[in-house]
Amino acid sequence: MILDYLLPASASTYANDIDVLFDVITVLVGIPFLVACYLFFAFLVRFKAKDGEKAMYITGTEHKYMKWIHRAHIPILTFDLVIVVMAVNVWYDVKQNLPEQESAVRVIAQQWAWTFVHAGADNTLGTADDITKVNELHVSKDTLYHFKLESLDVLHNFSVPVFRLKQDAIPGRVITGWFEPTVAGEFDVQCAEICGIGHGLMPARIHIKSKGDYAAWVEKESALALASASAPLPSSGSIEIAAR
Amino acid sequence: MAESIPVGHADEHADHDHHEMTFSEKYIFPLDHKMIAMQYMFTGMFMALIGGFFSYAFRMQLAFPGMNVPGWGVVSPNDYNALVTNHGTIMIFWVAMPVLIAAFGNYLIPLMIGADDMVFPKINRLSYQIFLLSAIVILAAFFVEGGAFGGAWTAYPPLSTKAEYSLTGLGSTFWITAVFLEFVAFLLGGINFITTAMNARAPGMKMWDIPMVVWMIVIASILFMLSVGPLLAGGIMMIFDQQLGTAFFDPDRGGDPILWQHLFWFFGHPEVYVVLLPAIGITADVMCVFSRKKLFGYKTVLYTAIGTGVLSFTVWAHHQFVAGIDPRMANVFTVTTLLISVPIAEMLFVYIATLYGGSITLSTPMLWAMAFIFEFLIGGVTGIFLGASGNDIYMHDTYFVLAHFHYTFYPIAIIGTYAGFTFWFPKMFGKMMNDTLGKLHFWLTIIPFNMIFLPLFVLGAAGQHRRIYDFTNYPELAMPWQQDLRVLATVSLCVMLGAQLIFFYNAITSWISGPPAGKNPWNSNTLEWTAASPPPHGNWPEGLPTCYRGPYEYSHPEREEDFWPQNEPA
Amino acid sequence: MSARPIATTRSAAGIPTQRLAVWWIIASEIVIFGGVLGSYIMHRLAHGIWADYAANTNPWIGLTNTFILLTSSLFAVLAHQAAERGDGKRAANLLYLTCLGGAMFLCVKGYEWSYEISHGMTITANTFWSFYYTAAGIHALHVIAGCIIMLFVAETAKKNLELHRVEIIGIYWHFVDVVWIFLFPLLYIAK
Repeated sequence: MILDYLLPASASTYANDIDVLFDVITVLVGIPFLVACYLFFAFLVRFKAKDGEKAMYITGTEHKYMKWIHRAHIPILTFDLVIVVMAVNVWYDVKQNLPEQESAVRVIAQQWAWTFVHAGADNTLGTADDITKVNELHVSKDTLYHFKLESLDVLHNFSVPVFRLKQDAIPGRVITGWFEPTVAGEFDVQCAEICGIGHGLMPARIHIKSKGDYAAWVEKESALALASASAPLPSSGSIEIAAR
Repeated sequence: MAESIPVGHADEHADHDHHEMTFSEKYIFPLDHKMIAMQYMFTGMFMALIGGFFSYAFRMQLAFPGMNVPGWGVVSPNDYNALVTNHGTIMIFWVAMPVLIAAFGNYLIPLMIGADDMVFPKINRLSYQIFLLSAIVILAAFFVEGGAFGGAWTAYPPLSTKAEYSLTGLGSTFWITAVFLEFVAFLLGGINFITTAMNARAPGMKMWDIPMVVWMIVIASILFMLSVGPLLAGGIMMIFDQQLGTAFFDPDRGGDPILWQHLFWFFGHPEVYVVLLPAIGITADVMCVFSRKKLFGYKTVLYTAIGTGVLSFTVWAHHQFVAGIDPRMANVFTVTTLLISVPIAEMLFVYIATLYGGSITLSTPMLWAMAFIFEFLIGGVTGIFLGASGNDIYMHDTYFVLAHFHYTFYPIAIIGTYAGFTFWFPKMFGKMMNDTLGKLHFWLTIIPFNMIFLPLFVLGAAGQHRRIYDFTNYPELAMPWQQDLRVLATVSLCVMLGAQLIFFYNAITSWISGPPAGKNPWNSNTLEWTAASPPPHGNWPEGLPTCYRGPYEYSHPEREEDFWPQNEPA
Repeated sequence: MSARPIATTRSAAGIPTQRLAVWWIIASEIVIFGGVLGSYIMHRLAHGIWADYAANTNPWIGLTNTFILLTSSLFAVLAHQAAERGDGKRAANLLYLTCLGGAMFLCVKGYEWSYEISHGMTITANTFWSFYYTAAGIHALHVIAGCIIMLFVAETAKKNLELHRVEIIGIYWHFVDVVWIFLFPLLYIAK
C-alpha cells in the first residue's frame, strides 16, 4: 500500500484501516481526475484554431450535451458515497468507540516537552509506582491502551505517525483516546499543533516493546519510582472529558 | 422604479465638477473606480512580493537548516513561525482578496455593466484607505517589541491571546487589528460591488446578460459579507483577551479556546470560496474569448456557484476534526464536505465542456486560464483526502494539507490574477503586452510551481507536520530522500520567484512602449471593450452603452463574424 | 468636489440604490451581532453559574432603555413621513429628537455601567460580564455611529436636500433598535 512506502511501519490495529482508506481514495479520485485530464488535453489539441473553421455554437442547455454532464455525476456521487462510508467507519472505530482498556497512559503536553506517566507494575495510574518519563513513551505490543491527553498551557497535538494517530490537547480538559500497538520498535512522536517557538523542538520517541520486554522494563522502573520520592506531577487541574 | 421622495437635485446627468483633476485628486485620493482599482492592484502586488520573500526565507531554512539566508540572516525558530504566519495571512488577506475582488471588481464591474463608476465613489475611496491602513499595521508588527505574531494564520488561543505563551504580546494585537481593519475595508467595498452590479446595469442588460466574472465577484462579496460577522466578533473578543485581560478563550478562567476555532472557521471556510469565485469568473471570460465559444451552461455555472456558496456555510468543522470537538459531529461535516465537491466538480466539467468544439488559441491569458483548470483539479481532488474524516486523523496538520491548499490558493491568487491581468492589460493601459515574454513567464512559473508542491504531497503523506522549522530533529523525517525533496521544492521556489521578474519587466516596458492596443484587441463581446483603452473618467463620455444580448455570443451561426458585441443593436 | 455618477441614479433591480445598500449593510451586521450573541448563548447554556452573575443586571434600567430606543424609533418613522411629504425642516427636527433618544440611551447606559463597575462587575470579573460589556458595547458603538450620521442627514434635510437619506438612516436606526430588542432579554431577563 502507498503509505507503507513512505512510513517506517503500520504499527497499530487501525493503521492498516487508514492506509486502506488512503489507497481507496487515491483510486476513486484518481480515476475521475485522469478522465477529466484526458478530455481536457484532448479538447485543447483537437479544437485548436484552424484557418477558416468556425467554432461550434453550443449553449449548454441542449440535452445531447448536458446528458454527459449529468452522467458524470453518477460515478462521482457513487465514489463519494463509498469514501464517506469507509471514512465514517474508520472514524467511528478510532474516535467514537472506546474499547476496554488493558492499560493506560497519561500524556501531558506543555511548552515544549512531553511528559508520559505510565501505570507501574500495578497497572493502575495514579499510584506511587507510576513511571514518569519526559519525551519517552514506553508501551507494550498487542496491549490496548487508553491515553489521557492533557495540556498545561496552549493547544498541542499528540501525533504518532506509525499509529496514524492524532489528537489535539486542550488546556483545561482531559481527552481520552486509544491505541493498540502491533509492531515493536522505536518511532517518532510529533507535536502537530503550533504551540510557540519550541513547536519544532518537542519531538518525542515511542518505544514499543514485546510483552516480555515491557514487563521487565516496568518491573525495573516501578521499583525505581517507588524508591525515589517523586515530586508532585504537573496537573492542569482539569475536567475529565472523554474523546467520545 | 422611481420613488416619491424628492431627491433634491433634479439633474439627471452626473454632476461632475468639470475642472482638471489635480495630481492628488487623481492618484492619491481618487474617486474614479479605475484608479482605486489600480491602488488595490499595486498594493496587493507589493504585498505579494513581501509574502513571496517570506516563503523564500523559510523554505531556505527548511532546505538548508541553520544557514544564513541571503536577505534575511539565520532563521531562528521564532523567525520561522513569524514568517509562515505572516506569509499565509498576507497572501490571503492582502494579496488574494485585494487583487481578485477589489482590483478586478472595481475595475471591471462598472465597465462590464456599462456604468460610469461605482454607485458610491466616496465609500469606495474610504475602503481603500482603510485597507491601506490595515496593510501598514500588519507590516508594522515586525518592528514592535517582541516582533511579529507567530501563531499561524489561524491564531488559535491560548497561544494567540497570552503573551507569556506567544512572546509576541504587542505583535499579536497588531496582527488581529490588521485583520479586523481589512475586514472592515472589504465590508465597505462589498457594498459597492453588490449594489452597483444589481442596480447600475446598462439598459437592456438582464441578469443572464451579466458577464460571469461580475456575477462571481458579486456572489463572493455577498458570501464575504454574510460570513465575516462571527470572526469580527471573535476578533474583538481576542483583542479584549490580549489587552484587557478578559477570558473569552481562556480555559483557566471559564473561557473556551474552541469557541475561537468555530468563529474563525465559520468564516474561514466560506472565505476560500470568496477568493475562488472571482478566479473562476476570470477563467470563464478568458476561456470564452480564446475558444470563440459560448460558455457551456451559463445558468449551470451560476447556480453551482450559488450552491457552493450556500454549502460553504455547512462544512467548517472539517478543519477541526481532531480539535477536540464532539466526535459525532465529525460525521456530519465529513458528509457536507464531500458533498461540496460535487458542484465544484460540475463547474469544472462545464468549463472543460466549453472547450469542446471550440476554436482555441493558446494566447498568454488562455494559457493561464487553462493552467487554472488543471492545477485547481489537483487541488480539488486532494481535498477529498482531507474531508474524509477517517483519513484526516492521519493527515491533519501535515504537509499534505499544505500542498492541497496551495494547489487551490495558488491557482486562485496567482494563476487567476495573471490570467486576468494579461487579458485586461490592453484595456487598463492601452498597450499590448509582449506575448513571447508572457509565455516564457508562464512556463517558468507553472513548471516550478508543480515542482514545489508535488513533493510536499509526498512529504505530508510520510508524516511531516506543518510549522516545524527543522526536521533534522525527527529521525523518521531526516532521511536523505526527504531532505532531497525539500531542497527540490526550495530550488524550484527560487526559480519561480525569479521568473516573476520577467512579468514585471514585460508589464513595465509594455506600459511604457508597447504597441497600442486599440479598443478591442481580442475581439471580445463584453462592454468594457467598447470603451477607449484606457477608458477616460466616466468611461464613455460619448454616452453610456445599451445592452442587447448576452456576453458569450461567439461563433453564432447566423453571423459571419465570430463575435457579437453586447452593445451592437440587433 | 463631489461627483455623483450616473450609475448612482440607476435602479435596474427596482430598488433605490441607497436603500439596497443599507439593507446589505444590515445583513452583514446581523451576522456580526449573530456571532456575538450566538457565542454568548452557547457559553450561557454551558455555564449554569452565569445565572448568578446575570442576576445582578438591572432589568428596570434595561426596560427604561428599551422604552427610550423604541420611542426614538417612533420619531425616526415620523421623520421619514415628513421627508416623504417634502417637509425637510420637520424631518430634521424629528431626526434631532431621534438623536436625543440615542443620547439619552447612552447616558442611562453610562450611569448603569459606572454603577456596575464601581461594584466590581468589571469586564474582567468573569466571562458573563465580558460578554455583557462586549455585546452591549458593540451595540452602543452602533448607536453612537447612528447618531452622528443622523446629525449629518438632518443638517442637509433641513435645507430640503437629499431627503431620501432620512429613510435610509431610519432603516439603520430601526436595526439598531432590533438588536437591542434581542440584547435586552438575553442580558437582563434570562436569569
